[in-house]
Amino acid sequence: MPLYTLISKDFYNEDARDANWYKQNRQGFEGAEKAFEMSPEDIISEVKTSNLRGLGGAGFPTGIKWGFVPKDSGKPIYLAVNADESEPGTFKDKYIMTWDPHRLIEGIIITCWAIKAHVAYIYIRGEYVRPYEHLQRAIDQAYEEGILGDKVMGRDFKLDVYIHRGAGAYICGEETGLLESLEGKKGWPRLKPPFPAVVGAFGSPTVVNNVETIAHVPEIIKQGGQWFADLGCEKNGGTRLMCVSGHVNKPDVYEIQLGTPLYELIYDHAGGIVDGKKMKAVIPGGSSAKVLTAEEADCDCSIEALQAAGSMLGSGGVMVMHEDTCMVKALQVITSFYAHESCGQCTPCREGTGWLLRTLNRLLRGDGHPSDVDTMLDLSGNMQGTSICALSEAAAWPVESFILKFREEFDYIARHGRSMVAEKQSVPA
Amino acid sequence: MPTLEIDGQEVQVEEGSTIIQATEKLGIYVPRYCYHPGMSIAGSCRMCMVEVENMPKLAIACYTPVSDGMKVSTTSEKVLKGRRDMLEFLLHNHPLDCPVCDQSGECDLQNFYMEHGRYQSRFVENKFKKRKAFPIGPHVVLDQERCILCTRCTRFSDEVSKSHELGVFNRGDRSVIDLNPGKTLDNPYSGNVIDICPVGALTEREFRFQCRVWYLSTEESVCPGCSRGCNISIHYNQRRGYKAGGRRLQRLKPRFHPDINTWWMCDEGRFGYGFADQNRFEFPMLRLDGELQYAEWDEALDKAADTLKQAVDEHGAGSIGVIASPQLSNEELYLADKVFRQGLGVENVGFENPWQKDGFSDDFLIKGDKNPNTRGAREMGWDGDIKAILEKAASGEIKVLYLFLHDFAEEEAQALLDKAGTVIFHGSNQNHSSAKSDLVLASAVWAEKDGTFTNFEGRVQRFKAALQPLDESRRDVDILLDLAQRLGQQLVYNNAEDLFMEWFGMTYQDMNPQGENIENRGGSMPPPSSGSAGEQPSAN
Repeated sequence: MPLYTLISKDFYNEDARDANWYKQNRQGFEGAEKAFEMSPEDIISEVKTSNLRGLGGAGFPTGIKWGFVPKDSGKPIYLAVNADESEPGTFKDKYIMTWDPHRLIEGIIITCWAIKAHVAYIYIRGEYVRPYEHLQRAIDQAYEEGILGDKVMGRDFKLDVYIHRGAGAYICGEETGLLESLEGKKGWPRLKPPFPAVVGAFGSPTVVNNVETIAHVPEIIKQGGQWFADLGCEKNGGTRLMCVSGHVNKPDVYEIQLGTPLYELIYDHAGGIVDGKKMKAVIPGGSSAKVLTAEEADCDCSIEALQAAGSMLGSGGVMVMHEDTCMVKALQVITSFYAHESCGQCTPCREGTGWLLRTLNRLLRGDGHPSDVDTMLDLSGNMQGTSICALSEAAAWPVESFILKFREEFDYIARHGRSMVAEKQSVPA
Repeated sequence: MPTLEIDGQEVQVEEGSTIIQATEKLGIYVPRYCYHPGMSIAGSCRMCMVEVENMPKLAIACYTPVSDGMKVSTTSEKVLKGRRDMLEFLLHNHPLDCPVCDQSGECDLQNFYMEHGRYQSRFVENKFKKRKAFPIGPHVVLDQERCILCTRCTRFSDEVSKSHELGVFNRGDRSVIDLNPGKTLDNPYSGNVIDICPVGALTEREFRFQCRVWYLSTEESVCPGCSRGCNISIHYNQRRGYKAGGRRLQRLKPRFHPDINTWWMCDEGRFGYGFADQNRFEFPMLRLDGELQYAEWDEALDKAADTLKQAVDEHGAGSIGVIASPQLSNEELYLADKVFRQGLGVENVGFENPWQKDGFSDDFLIKGDKNPNTRGAREMGWDGDIKAILEKAASGEIKVLYLFLHDFAEEEAQALLDKAGTVIFHGSNQNHSSAKSDLVLASAVWAEKDGTFTNFEGRVQRFKAALQPLDESRRDVDILLDLAQRLGQQLVYNNAEDLFMEWFGMTYQDMNPQGENIENRGGSMPPPSSGSAGEQPSAN
């Protein structure tokens, strides 16, 4: 399947940052106009029809999430747009915010109309300085043009959009950690239930959606949910942005229709493996997804297909490793990230991530012991299903999958004190 | 009310209860670190995980609500493995310095590990180094390495003391508990964080290295520090007399009472026990050649009785003044009433120090009245004008002043005492009044005797003798009974309980509403007129 340009059309097009250009050339804000003619319930059912699933990682059906907001709680309802994008290997949301911010704003308007929210927060990753500046400029312009504010696009609908900058913590991408941080507290994930749709920001119902999810909403309203659903595959509608990185010739963001084969994405669109080498492994959905061997990776890009293959589509961060990659070193890089980012709230994650990292460091130093491999495998098992949020699992899955699928490399380094693969890293510039 | 099954036993609990509350109702103890019934649920230690039928993962008992027909296991293989794994994680960065740790012996990390731990250690990495043993307040020492980050202390400072001194800093396994910038842990309830810390991270500066906890014995008591009457336990040591400078009373800990103090007590009460071992009268004393000197009990009591008798015989009962104290127990006040007012016909009585001003108070536990039994003394009719009595004593109208415990430090009082005739001081500790006395009857402190106090809201609460009276000092009831005998009065009581029986109409045993409540109510009763203990509302 060829690449599709539903929301990635204007990447690298500086003109698209202007609201009026967006209006004139992309039928901008027509989706919002159409949405205002519809009832909120109709919008939600349209989004349900579209099979739009959360694109931040968990893949929860968006329309159903919106439907969870209680009708008569008497409290204000908030929309929190998750722009924390901190999963390693993921860099799609910053493209949307940098190059096409008005598409996001239009999506926010439609979503807020659908869930009856009058305030939207965009929680943006603190490291994203340029995307923040472009997005803030776009919001300022939207206020000037009457697109946001007390009378949204001349309608009797009030909507304020605020950007909240994070301070650089992976855990603040977890939806309840994000809400805590938004409230000015330490970004420790909350116990669930209640879920944010019932008790979210400031104790009020809150819908938390990823930037890309929201950016898809205008086209769904403009062209219809069924049209969007037909773009993708069963249960998983539309297109999505895939971030391809690692040992490929053309690492970039590619918009694909869901159901496109993973091999096609890597070999046709991303230009294949550098130096014509063989592919060894792929992490298909951000660093917390389980690694796939080259054989296992022969599947389609969709939530269901990747689940069947034993991994997940996650945030769409495809990381490709060629044959010369030392899997022990690769795992150490991933694990050091999780050890650094564990929030320290629950016992298994706080202690487990640090323990795994120190064991991997010792293996790489050449001080390993043959029993270390089994210990790590056991620890990663003990970290699963025992903590408040999914970070513990996100840290454990790579360890488990790397060891199960590339066990001989771990056993070798534990016994011999050196890597089985001669390291010849050649990451393209 | 949902009915559920835990470990094969059925239990009915209230709607909205959590599994841990249901287990508690059955008397099943689920290991826990972060859960504390007095604070919000953190759910972070992951120690209280239980297996619930049809749930794919283990559930935390502290947060999972019960539902009708739920089947819970707290002892399944999966649960035991879960506990073993969590303990392994918890010890991963724990320094294991138990041999030099003050918590040793009352440490939940030790306790649970002995029961559920994995004895074959797999951990070979270096442990993360954090800051050790530094004071964070006047009473508390923090050891960050021993901390398991259960956040009980931070939640205490946020939710109970509401003073926000403590927080969690950094992330992951570098996380530490520390003081928030610019703060010191010096709120009036800071000592409670020592009790709720399940490990040796927060220890008591006063108690550190004084005594190993396994040498301590405990006795149920009531705090004598103010009129609230918080339920406490006295922890005392009589087996290592050479330790801690011979201090017998080692520390006080709060004891749960649902309506008075719940789980807490204030620092003022907690650290206010020093008088039990310091500055005590160890024997009766008589003033000879202008100085108080050692006397035998017979000698002192004879002298006291003779003086009182002589005064009554020569000048009538009006020549005697008795100043009782709100520090005395109900039993002692009742007996003193028998001896002095009914026996001798004394009418010059009083009990409240007119110079004493109300101390610090708040709307939580601390009361301004720093006496444990003001209400009891008032109900027993000891009210009176002490200033007038002292003035009468100074003018010579009162010949003998029988003074219980009071410390009259004010210049005005001192001047009046200087001019008074015979002053008999009945008390446990040396003070300004005793310095002006002619005769000292050395009595026991509250920790050394049985009795009851009536708190500000009228609850009669029992405290038990933990210690023997120091050296030659005697319990107040014994002193008064001997004095009564010498005064020719026929008072037949064996001990404080006989007096309580006569006054309150029941034995100490009957006071304890056994089985009424799974919590230990420790013998606290509202006055006979106002219904059962459970219905007494808690007032501030």
